[in-house]
Amino acid sequence: MVAIPSRHKSLVLLAGVIVLQVLMLAVQIKRDAEGRLIRVWTVGAVSPFERAGSYGFGWIRDTWRHYFALQNTTKENERIRRENDVLKLQITQLQGKAAEADRLATLLNFRQSHADVPMIGARVIGTGAGTASLTIQLDRGERDGIRKNMGVITPDGVVGKVVEAYPNASQVLLLTDKDSGVGAMLADSRVQSPVGGQGEPLLVMKYVPNDDTVNLGERVITSGMDRIFPRDLPVGTVAEIKSGNPFKQIRIKPAANLERLEEVLVLLSLRSLEMKNEGNTGDPPPAPGAANPPRAAKR
Amino acid sequence: MNEAFDIRGQSHIEVHKFRAGAITIATLLALVIQASFPIHFAKTAVLDLPLLVTIYFGLSRRNPSTGLLLGMVIGLLQDSLSGPTVPLGLYGIAKTIIGYLASSIGARLDTEHPAARFALTASFFVAHQGLIVLTRRILLAQPEPWFNMHLFVAALVNALVAVFLFLVLDRLRKN
Repeated sequence: MVAIPSRHKSLVLLAGVIVLQVLMLAVQIKRDAEGRLIRVWTVGAVSPFERAGSYGFGWIRDTWRHYFALQNTTKENERIRRENDVLKLQITQLQGKAAEADRLATLLNFRQSHADVPMIGARVIGTGAGTASLTIQLDRGERDGIRKNMGVITPDGVVGKVVEAYPNASQVLLLTDKDSGVGAMLADSRVQSPVGGQGEPLLVMKYVPNDDTVNLGERVITSGMDRIFPRDLPVGTVAEIKSGNPFKQIRIKPAANLERLEEVLVLLSLRSLEMKNEGNTGDPPPAPGAANPPRAAKR
Repeated sequence: MNEAFDIRGQSHIEVHKFRAGAITIATLLALVIQASFPIHFAKTAVLDLPLLVTIYFGLSRRNPSTGLLLGMVIGLLQDSLSGPTVPLGLYGIAKTIIGYLASSIGARLDTEHPAARFALTASFFVAHQGLIVLTRRILLAQPEPWFNMHLFVAALVNALVAVFLFLVLDRLRKN
Protein backbone atom coordinates (compact mmCIF):
# COMPACT_ATOMS: atom_id res chain seq x y z
CA MET A 1 0.00 0.00 0.00
CA VAL A 2 1.49 3.33 -1.08
CA ALA A 3 1.42 5.96 1.65
CA ILE A 4 0.23 9.41 0.58
CA PRO A 5 2.29 12.28 2.01
CA SER A 6 0.09 14.37 4.31
CA ARG A 7 0.59 17.53 2.25
CA HIS A 8 -0.89 15.77 -0.78
CA LYS A 9 -3.87 14.27 1.03
CA SER A 10 -6.13 17.23 0.31
CA LEU A 11 -5.10 17.19 -3.35
CA VAL A 12 -5.98 13.50 -3.58
CA LEU A 13 -9.30 14.19 -1.85
CA LEU A 14 -9.97 17.06 -4.29
CA ALA A 15 -9.27 14.83 -7.26
CA GLY A 16 -11.48 12.08 -5.81
CA VAL A 17 -14.40 14.40 -5.13
CA ILE A 18 -14.17 15.99 -8.59
CA VAL A 19 -14.01 12.60 -10.32
CA LEU A 20 -17.02 11.45 -8.28
CA GLN A 21 -19.07 14.44 -9.36
CA VAL A 22 -17.98 14.12 -12.98
CA LEU A 23 -19.14 10.49 -12.88
CA MET A 24 -22.42 11.63 -11.34
CA LEU A 25 -22.85 14.12 -14.19
CA ALA A 26 -22.09 11.41 -16.72
CA VAL A 27 -24.65 9.06 -15.17
CA GLN A 28 -27.31 11.77 -15.28
CA ILE A 29 -26.63 12.46 -18.95
CA LYS A 30 -26.42 8.82 -19.95
CA ARG A 31 -29.48 7.55 -18.11
CA ASP A 32 -31.48 10.78 -18.07
CA ALA A 33 -31.69 10.22 -14.30
CA GLU A 34 -31.89 13.44 -12.39
CA GLY A 35 -30.89 12.50 -8.85
CA ARG A 36 -34.53 12.81 -7.88
CA LEU A 37 -34.05 11.46 -4.36
CA ILE A 38 -31.45 14.07 -3.43
CA ARG A 39 -33.63 16.80 -4.95
CA VAL A 40 -36.74 15.60 -3.09
CA TRP A 41 -34.86 15.64 0.21
CA THR A 42 -33.32 19.03 -0.38
CA VAL A 43 -36.52 20.68 -1.59
CA GLY A 44 -38.47 19.02 1.23
CA ALA A 45 -36.01 20.39 3.78
CA VAL A 46 -35.75 23.88 2.33
CA SER A 47 -39.29 24.60 1.08
CA PRO A 48 -40.84 25.14 4.57
CA PHE A 49 -38.23 27.85 5.19
CA GLU A 50 -38.87 29.30 1.75
CA ARG A 51 -42.60 29.31 2.46
CA ALA A 52 -42.08 31.11 5.75
CA GLY A 53 -39.55 33.44 4.14
CA SER A 54 -41.92 34.22 1.29
CA TYR A 55 -44.68 35.33 3.64
CA GLY A 56 -42.21 37.21 5.84
CA PHE A 57 -40.55 39.04 2.96
CA GLY A 58 -43.96 39.82 1.46
CA TRP A 59 -45.09 41.37 4.71
CA ILE A 60 -41.90 43.40 5.10
CA ARG A 61 -42.04 44.56 1.49
CA ASP A 62 -45.68 45.62 1.72
CA THR A 63 -45.02 47.42 4.97
CA TRP A 64 -41.96 49.12 3.47
CA ARG A 65 -43.76 50.17 0.30
CA HIS A 66 -46.90 51.42 1.94
CA TYR A 67 -45.68 52.62 5.28
CA PHE A 68 -42.02 53.49 5.62
CA ALA A 69 -41.85 55.05 2.18
CA LEU A 70 -44.37 57.60 3.40
CA GLN A 71 -42.07 58.73 6.22
CA ASN A 72 -40.30 61.16 3.94
CA THR A 73 -42.21 64.30 4.94
CA THR A 74 -41.31 67.65 6.47
CA LYS A 75 -40.72 68.11 10.20
CA GLU A 76 -43.87 70.13 10.74
CA ASN A 77 -45.94 67.13 9.79
CA GLU A 78 -44.18 64.78 12.17
CA ARG A 79 -46.48 65.30 15.12
CA ILE A 80 -49.59 64.69 13.04
CA ARG A 81 -47.96 61.75 11.37
CA ARG A 82 -47.13 60.12 14.67
CA GLU A 83 -50.79 60.32 15.65
CA ASN A 84 -51.73 58.70 12.39
CA ASP A 85 -48.99 56.08 12.36
CA VAL A 86 -51.04 53.37 13.96
CA LEU A 87 -53.91 53.97 11.56
CA LYS A 88 -51.54 54.03 8.61
CA LEU A 89 -50.04 50.75 9.64
CA GLN A 90 -53.50 49.24 9.76
CA ILE A 91 -54.29 50.76 6.37
CA THR A 92 -51.05 49.36 5.03
CA GLN A 93 -51.97 45.90 6.15
CA LEU A 94 -55.43 46.29 4.66
CA GLN A 95 -53.97 47.61 1.41
CA GLY A 96 -51.70 44.60 1.21
CA LYS A 97 -54.65 42.32 1.77
CA ALA A 98 -56.77 44.26 -0.74
CA ALA A 99 -54.01 44.02 -3.36
CA GLU A 100 -53.75 40.31 -2.73
CA ALA A 101 -57.54 40.00 -2.93
CA ASP A 102 -57.48 41.86 -6.28
CA ARG A 103 -54.85 39.53 -7.62
CA LEU A 104 -56.75 36.49 -6.41
CA ALA A 105 -60.01 37.89 -7.86
CA THR A 106 -58.27 38.29 -11.23
CA LEU A 107 -57.12 34.69 -11.00
CA LEU A 108 -60.62 33.57 -9.99
CA ASN A 109 -62.24 35.47 -12.90
CA PHE A 110 -59.74 33.92 -15.25
CA ARG A 111 -60.46 30.47 -13.87
CA GLN A 112 -64.21 30.99 -14.17
CA SER A 113 -63.89 32.18 -17.76
CA HIS A 114 -61.90 29.03 -18.55
CA ALA A 115 -64.04 26.66 -16.52
CA ASP A 116 -63.51 23.86 -19.03
CA VAL A 117 -59.78 23.87 -18.32
CA PRO A 118 -58.95 22.34 -14.91
CA MET A 119 -56.47 24.55 -13.09
CA ILE A 120 -55.28 25.29 -9.59
CA GLY A 121 -53.89 28.46 -8.05
CA ALA A 122 -50.44 28.35 -6.44
CA ARG A 123 -48.21 30.79 -4.65
CA VAL A 124 -44.60 31.38 -5.70
CA ILE A 125 -42.39 30.64 -2.70
CA GLY A 126 -38.91 30.53 -4.18
CA THR A 127 -36.63 30.76 -7.18
CA GLY A 128 -33.82 28.57 -8.44
CA ALA A 129 -30.80 28.78 -6.14
CA GLY A 130 -28.49 29.98 -8.88
CA THR A 131 -28.25 31.66 -12.23
CA ALA A 132 -27.75 28.44 -14.22
CA SER A 133 -31.49 28.00 -14.74
CA LEU A 134 -34.54 30.22 -14.52
CA THR A 135 -36.98 28.41 -12.27
CA ILE A 136 -39.53 29.25 -9.61
CA GLN A 137 -40.87 27.11 -6.82
CA LEU A 138 -44.59 26.76 -6.05
CA ASP A 139 -46.22 25.91 -2.74
CA ARG A 140 -48.29 23.11 -4.28
CA GLY A 141 -47.15 19.74 -5.52
CA GLU A 142 -48.15 16.17 -6.26
CA ARG A 143 -50.65 16.09 -3.40
CA ASP A 144 -52.58 18.87 -5.14
CA GLY A 145 -52.59 17.03 -8.45
CA ILE A 146 -49.60 18.79 -10.00
CA ARG A 147 -47.48 16.64 -12.30
CA LYS A 148 -44.39 17.10 -14.42
CA ASN A 149 -44.94 18.91 -17.76
CA MET A 150 -48.10 20.72 -16.72
CA GLY A 151 -48.43 24.26 -18.04
CA VAL A 152 -48.23 27.27 -15.74
CA ILE A 153 -49.89 30.60 -16.58
CA THR A 154 -51.17 33.85 -15.14
CA PRO A 155 -54.11 35.83 -16.51
CA ASP A 156 -51.49 37.96 -18.28
CA GLY A 157 -49.97 35.07 -20.17
CA VAL A 158 -47.83 31.95 -20.25
CA VAL A 159 -45.29 31.50 -17.44
CA GLY A 160 -43.65 28.12 -18.13
CA LYS A 161 -44.12 24.47 -17.34
CA VAL A 162 -43.67 22.20 -14.33
CA VAL A 163 -40.32 20.42 -14.54
CA GLU A 164 -40.45 18.66 -11.20
CA ALA A 165 -43.30 17.89 -8.82
CA TYR A 166 -42.57 17.05 -5.20
CA PRO A 167 -45.18 16.07 -2.58
CA ASN A 168 -45.75 19.61 -1.29
CA ALA A 169 -43.95 21.78 -3.81
CA SER A 170 -43.12 21.93 -7.47
CA GLN A 171 -40.55 23.59 -9.69
CA VAL A 172 -41.47 25.54 -12.81
CA LEU A 173 -39.10 26.25 -15.67
CA LEU A 174 -39.78 29.82 -16.77
CA LEU A 175 -40.39 30.59 -20.42
CA THR A 176 -37.25 32.72 -20.45
CA ASP A 177 -34.96 29.76 -19.63
CA LYS A 178 -32.74 28.48 -22.44
CA ASP A 179 -34.35 25.05 -22.27
CA SER A 180 -37.90 26.37 -22.33
CA GLY A 181 -40.33 26.66 -25.23
CA VAL A 182 -43.99 26.96 -26.17
CA GLY A 183 -45.96 26.35 -29.36
CA ALA A 184 -47.01 29.81 -30.51
CA MET A 185 -48.31 31.83 -33.43
CA LEU A 186 -48.64 35.44 -34.48
CA ALA A 187 -52.14 36.63 -33.61
CA ASP A 188 -52.74 38.57 -36.86
CA SER A 189 -51.02 36.54 -39.57
CA ARG A 190 -51.55 33.18 -37.76
CA VAL A 191 -47.99 32.15 -38.69
CA GLN A 192 -46.96 29.36 -36.31
CA SER A 193 -43.54 28.98 -34.75
CA PRO A 194 -42.20 27.83 -31.38
CA VAL A 195 -41.16 30.56 -28.99
CA GLY A 196 -38.29 29.86 -26.62
CA GLY A 197 -36.14 31.48 -24.00
CA GLN A 198 -32.51 32.56 -24.15
CA GLY A 199 -31.79 33.12 -20.48
CA GLU A 200 -32.62 36.80 -21.02
CA PRO A 201 -35.76 38.84 -20.39
CA LEU A 202 -36.81 38.62 -24.08
CA LEU A 203 -37.93 35.44 -25.86
CA VAL A 204 -37.17 34.40 -29.43
CA MET A 205 -39.53 33.24 -32.17
CA LYS A 206 -37.43 30.89 -34.19
CA TYR A 207 -38.92 29.77 -37.47
CA VAL A 208 -40.78 32.60 -39.19
CA PRO A 209 -39.72 32.75 -42.87
CA ASN A 210 -38.40 36.05 -44.23
CA ASP A 211 -41.32 36.23 -46.67
CA ASP A 212 -43.92 36.50 -43.92
CA THR A 213 -44.93 39.92 -42.71
CA VAL A 214 -44.48 40.59 -39.00
CA ASN A 215 -45.21 43.90 -37.32
CA LEU A 216 -43.66 45.38 -34.21
CA GLY A 217 -46.08 45.17 -31.30
CA GLU A 218 -48.00 42.28 -32.88
CA ARG A 219 -49.41 39.89 -30.32
CA VAL A 220 -48.04 36.37 -30.01
CA ILE A 221 -50.40 33.72 -28.65
CA THR A 222 -50.24 30.00 -27.94
CA SER A 223 -51.02 27.72 -30.85
CA GLY A 224 -51.96 24.70 -28.75
CA MET A 225 -49.62 22.55 -30.83
CA ASP A 226 -47.34 21.76 -27.88
CA ARG A 227 -50.28 19.99 -26.20
CA ILE A 228 -49.45 21.67 -22.92
CA PHE A 229 -51.11 25.07 -23.26
CA PRO A 230 -54.57 25.73 -24.71
CA ARG A 231 -54.87 27.95 -27.80
CA ASP A 232 -54.99 31.73 -27.73
CA LEU A 233 -53.25 32.38 -24.41
CA PRO A 234 -51.04 35.48 -24.60
CA VAL A 235 -47.34 34.69 -24.90
CA GLY A 236 -46.07 38.20 -25.56
CA THR A 237 -45.66 40.97 -28.12
CA VAL A 238 -43.12 41.37 -30.90
CA ALA A 239 -40.40 43.69 -29.62
CA GLU A 240 -37.68 43.38 -32.28
CA ILE A 241 -37.51 42.07 -35.86
CA LYS A 242 -34.36 41.43 -37.88
CA SER A 243 -33.91 39.70 -41.20
CA GLY A 244 -32.09 36.40 -41.03
CA ASN A 245 -31.28 33.47 -43.23
CA PRO A 246 -33.59 31.65 -43.80
CA PHE A 247 -35.74 32.82 -40.89
CA LYS A 248 -36.42 36.19 -39.34
CA GLN A 249 -34.89 36.90 -35.93
CA ILE A 250 -37.89 37.92 -33.84
CA ARG A 251 -37.65 38.81 -30.18
CA ILE A 252 -40.74 38.71 -28.00
CA LYS A 253 -41.51 40.59 -24.80
CA PRO A 254 -43.29 38.12 -22.48
CA ALA A 255 -46.90 38.98 -21.64
CA ALA A 256 -46.58 37.75 -18.07
CA ASN A 257 -44.25 39.65 -15.77
CA LEU A 258 -41.86 36.78 -15.15
CA GLU A 259 -39.64 38.77 -12.81
CA ARG A 260 -42.43 39.51 -10.37
CA LEU A 261 -44.61 36.46 -10.02
CA GLU A 262 -46.56 35.99 -6.82
CA GLU A 263 -49.51 33.77 -7.73
CA VAL A 264 -49.87 31.54 -10.77
CA LEU A 265 -52.31 29.00 -12.19
CA VAL A 266 -51.26 25.45 -12.97
CA LEU A 267 -53.13 23.72 -15.79
CA LEU A 268 -54.09 20.40 -14.25
CA SER A 269 -54.13 18.43 -17.45
CA LEU A 270 -51.41 16.66 -19.34
CA ARG A 271 -53.77 15.83 -22.16
CA SER A 272 -54.11 17.97 -25.21
CA LEU A 273 -56.47 20.73 -24.20
CA GLU A 274 -56.99 21.47 -27.86
CA MET A 275 -58.60 18.08 -28.43
CA LYS A 276 -61.91 19.33 -27.03
CA ASN A 277 -62.24 21.98 -29.74
CA GLU A 278 -60.72 19.89 -32.45
CA GLY A 279 -63.90 19.77 -34.52
CA ASN A 280 -64.35 23.54 -34.42
CA THR A 281 -60.87 24.74 -35.28
CA GLY A 282 -60.38 22.98 -38.54
CA ASP A 283 -56.80 22.12 -37.58
CA PRO A 284 -55.40 18.77 -38.65
CA PRO A 285 -55.99 16.06 -36.03
CA PRO A 286 -53.01 15.06 -33.91
CA ALA A 287 -50.99 12.00 -34.76
CA PRO A 288 -52.24 8.74 -33.25
CA GLY A 289 -50.96 8.23 -29.72
CA ALA A 290 -49.99 11.88 -29.40
CA ALA A 291 -52.71 12.82 -26.93
CA ASN A 292 -50.14 12.92 -24.13
CA PRO A 293 -46.86 14.76 -24.32
CA PRO A 294 -43.96 12.33 -24.73
CA ARG A 295 -42.35 12.99 -21.33
CA ALA A 296 -45.67 12.71 -19.52
CA ALA A 297 -46.24 9.37 -21.17
CA LYS A 298 -43.21 8.02 -19.28
CA ARG A 299 -44.88 8.47 -15.94
CA MET B 1 -2.18 22.85 14.37
CA ASN B 2 -3.55 26.33 14.71
CA GLU B 3 -1.01 28.22 12.71
CA ALA B 4 0.02 28.42 9.10
CA PHE B 5 2.92 30.07 7.39
CA ASP B 6 2.46 33.06 5.14
CA ILE B 7 4.56 33.67 2.06
CA ARG B 8 7.21 35.45 4.09
CA GLY B 9 7.70 32.44 6.34
CA GLN B 10 6.15 34.10 9.38
CA SER B 11 3.73 32.04 11.41
CA HIS B 12 1.02 34.47 12.40
CA ILE B 13 -2.05 33.36 10.46
CA GLU B 14 -4.67 31.89 12.76
CA VAL B 15 -7.08 29.11 11.98
CA HIS B 16 -10.51 30.26 13.12
CA LYS B 17 -13.02 28.02 14.79
CA PHE B 18 -16.72 28.68 14.88
CA ARG B 19 -19.56 28.25 17.34
CA ALA B 20 -21.40 24.94 17.18
CA GLY B 21 -23.79 24.80 14.25
CA ALA B 22 -22.62 28.14 12.86
CA ILE B 23 -21.45 26.70 9.54
CA THR B 24 -24.61 24.62 9.07
CA ILE B 25 -26.96 27.46 9.92
CA ALA B 26 -25.06 29.99 7.79
CA THR B 27 -25.09 27.57 4.86
CA LEU B 28 -28.82 26.82 5.10
CA LEU B 29 -29.65 30.49 5.57
CA ALA B 30 -27.60 31.40 2.49
CA LEU B 31 -29.44 28.78 0.41
CA VAL B 32 -32.89 29.82 1.64
CA ILE B 33 -32.19 33.52 1.09
CA GLN B 34 -30.72 32.76 -2.33
CA ALA B 35 -33.92 30.94 -3.27
CA SER B 36 -36.33 33.45 -1.71
CA PHE B 37 -34.98 36.97 -2.12
CA PRO B 38 -35.12 37.29 -5.93
CA ILE B 39 -38.93 36.84 -5.86
CA HIS B 40 -39.30 40.09 -3.99
CA PHE B 41 -36.12 41.89 -5.03
CA ALA B 42 -35.32 40.80 -8.58
CA LYS B 43 -31.92 42.54 -8.63
CA THR B 44 -30.62 40.34 -5.82
CA ALA B 45 -30.48 37.43 -8.28
CA VAL B 46 -27.01 38.73 -9.12
CA LEU B 47 -25.77 37.61 -5.68
CA ASP B 48 -24.40 34.12 -5.08
CA LEU B 49 -24.66 33.83 -1.30
CA PRO B 50 -23.77 30.10 -1.20
CA LEU B 51 -20.53 30.95 -3.00
CA LEU B 52 -19.76 33.76 -0.55
CA VAL B 53 -20.33 31.38 2.38
CA THR B 54 -18.04 28.80 0.73
CA ILE B 55 -15.32 31.40 0.26
CA TYR B 56 -15.65 32.77 3.79
CA PHE B 57 -15.43 29.45 5.59
CA GLY B 58 -12.67 28.33 3.23
CA LEU B 59 -10.60 31.42 3.98
CA SER B 60 -11.28 31.18 7.72
CA ARG B 61 -10.89 27.47 8.36
CA ARG B 62 -7.77 27.26 6.20
CA ASN B 63 -8.03 23.52 5.87
CA PRO B 64 -8.19 22.48 2.19
CA SER B 65 -9.98 19.20 2.93
CA THR B 66 -12.69 20.90 4.97
CA GLY B 67 -12.96 23.69 2.43
CA LEU B 68 -13.45 21.42 -0.55
CA LEU B 69 -15.94 19.17 1.25
CA LEU B 70 -17.99 22.15 2.42
CA GLY B 71 -17.88 23.55 -1.11
CA MET B 72 -19.08 20.22 -2.49
CA VAL B 73 -22.01 19.99 -0.05
CA ILE B 74 -23.10 23.59 -0.68
CA GLY B 75 -22.74 23.15 -4.43
CA LEU B 76 -24.77 19.94 -4.52
CA LEU B 77 -27.51 21.50 -2.38
CA GLN B 78 -27.58 24.46 -4.76
CA ASP B 79 -27.80 22.04 -7.71
CA SER B 80 -30.72 20.27 -6.02
CA LEU B 81 -32.62 23.52 -5.57
CA SER B 82 -31.98 24.74 -9.10
CA GLY B 83 -34.36 22.34 -10.83
CA PRO B 84 -33.75 19.35 -13.07
CA THR B 85 -32.29 21.45 -15.90
CA VAL B 86 -29.21 21.88 -13.71
CA PRO B 87 -27.52 18.49 -13.33
CA LEU B 88 -26.25 17.53 -9.89
CA GLY B 89 -22.56 18.38 -9.91
CA LEU B 90 -22.56 21.59 -11.95
CA TYR B 91 -22.31 23.92 -8.96
CA GLY B 92 -20.87 21.03 -6.94
CA ILE B 93 -17.66 20.80 -8.98
CA ALA B 94 -17.22 24.57 -9.18
CA LYS B 95 -17.72 25.13 -5.45
CA THR B 96 -15.52 22.14 -4.52
CA ILE B 97 -12.62 23.74 -6.38
CA ILE B 98 -13.37 27.22 -5.01
CA GLY B 99 -13.57 25.80 -1.46
CA TYR B 100 -10.19 24.14 -1.97
CA LEU B 101 -8.58 27.24 -3.46
CA ALA B 102 -10.01 29.54 -0.78
CA SER B 103 -8.75 27.41 2.08
CA SER B 104 -5.36 26.90 0.40
CA ILE B 105 -4.93 30.65 -0.12
CA GLY B 106 -6.30 31.33 3.36
CA ALA B 107 -3.53 29.14 4.78
CA ARG B 108 -0.84 31.19 3.07
CA LEU B 109 -2.05 34.78 3.13
CA ASP B 110 -3.64 37.10 5.63
CA THR B 111 -7.18 37.44 4.34
CA GLU B 112 -8.68 39.48 7.16
CA HIS B 113 -8.30 42.90 5.55
CA PRO B 114 -11.44 44.11 3.71
CA ALA B 115 -9.42 44.99 0.60
CA ALA B 116 -7.97 41.49 0.46
CA ARG B 117 -11.43 39.99 0.93
CA PHE B 118 -12.85 42.21 -1.82
CA ALA B 119 -10.15 41.24 -4.31
CA LEU B 120 -10.24 37.55 -3.44
CA THR B 121 -14.04 37.32 -3.62
CA ALA B 122 -14.13 39.09 -7.01
CA SER B 123 -11.45 36.71 -8.32
CA PHE B 124 -13.17 33.63 -6.90
CA PHE B 125 -16.50 34.74 -8.38
CA VAL B 126 -14.98 35.01 -11.85
CA ALA B 127 -13.18 31.68 -11.38
CA HIS B 128 -16.45 30.07 -10.20
CA GLN B 129 -18.33 31.27 -13.29
CA GLY B 130 -15.41 30.14 -15.44
CA LEU B 131 -15.60 26.65 -13.92
CA ILE B 132 -19.35 26.48 -14.57
CA VAL B 133 -18.86 27.52 -18.20
CA LEU B 134 -16.01 25.00 -18.53
CA THR B 135 -18.18 22.20 -17.10
CA ARG B 136 -21.07 23.14 -19.36
CA ARG B 137 -18.86 23.28 -22.46
CA ILE B 138 -16.77 20.16 -21.87
CA LEU B 139 -19.02 17.79 -19.93
CA LEU B 140 -22.49 18.91 -20.99
CA ALA B 141 -21.75 20.16 -24.53
CA GLN B 142 -23.67 23.36 -23.85
CA PRO B 143 -22.00 26.38 -25.46
CA GLU B 144 -21.78 29.33 -23.08
CA PRO B 145 -19.96 32.64 -23.44
CA TRP B 146 -16.82 32.88 -21.32
CA PHE B 147 -17.12 36.51 -20.36
CA ASN B 148 -19.63 39.33 -20.55
CA MET B 149 -20.13 42.66 -18.87
CA HIS B 150 -22.76 41.22 -16.55
CA LEU B 151 -20.17 38.84 -15.07
CA PHE B 152 -17.81 41.73 -14.37
CA VAL B 153 -20.53 43.77 -12.62
CA ALA B 154 -21.77 40.70 -10.71
CA ALA B 155 -18.22 39.98 -9.49
CA LEU B 156 -17.86 43.52 -8.14
CA VAL B 157 -21.31 43.49 -6.50
CA ASN B 158 -20.65 40.12 -4.86
CA ALA B 159 -17.23 41.25 -3.67
CA LEU B 160 -18.73 44.39 -2.14
CA VAL B 161 -21.48 42.42 -0.38
CA ALA B 162 -18.86 39.91 0.78
CA VAL B 163 -16.89 42.60 2.64
CA PHE B 164 -19.93 43.33 4.83
CA LEU B 165 -21.20 39.76 4.99
CA PHE B 166 -17.80 38.51 6.16
CA LEU B 167 -17.83 41.07 8.98
CA VAL B 168 -21.17 39.64 10.12
CA LEU B 169 -19.86 36.08 9.83
CA ASP B 170 -16.74 37.06 11.81
CA ARG B 171 -19.03 37.39 14.81
CA LEU B 172 -19.73 33.66 14.67
CA ARG B 173 -16.10 32.90 15.46
CA LYS B 174 -15.09 31.53 18.83
CA ASN B 175 -13.05 33.99 20.83
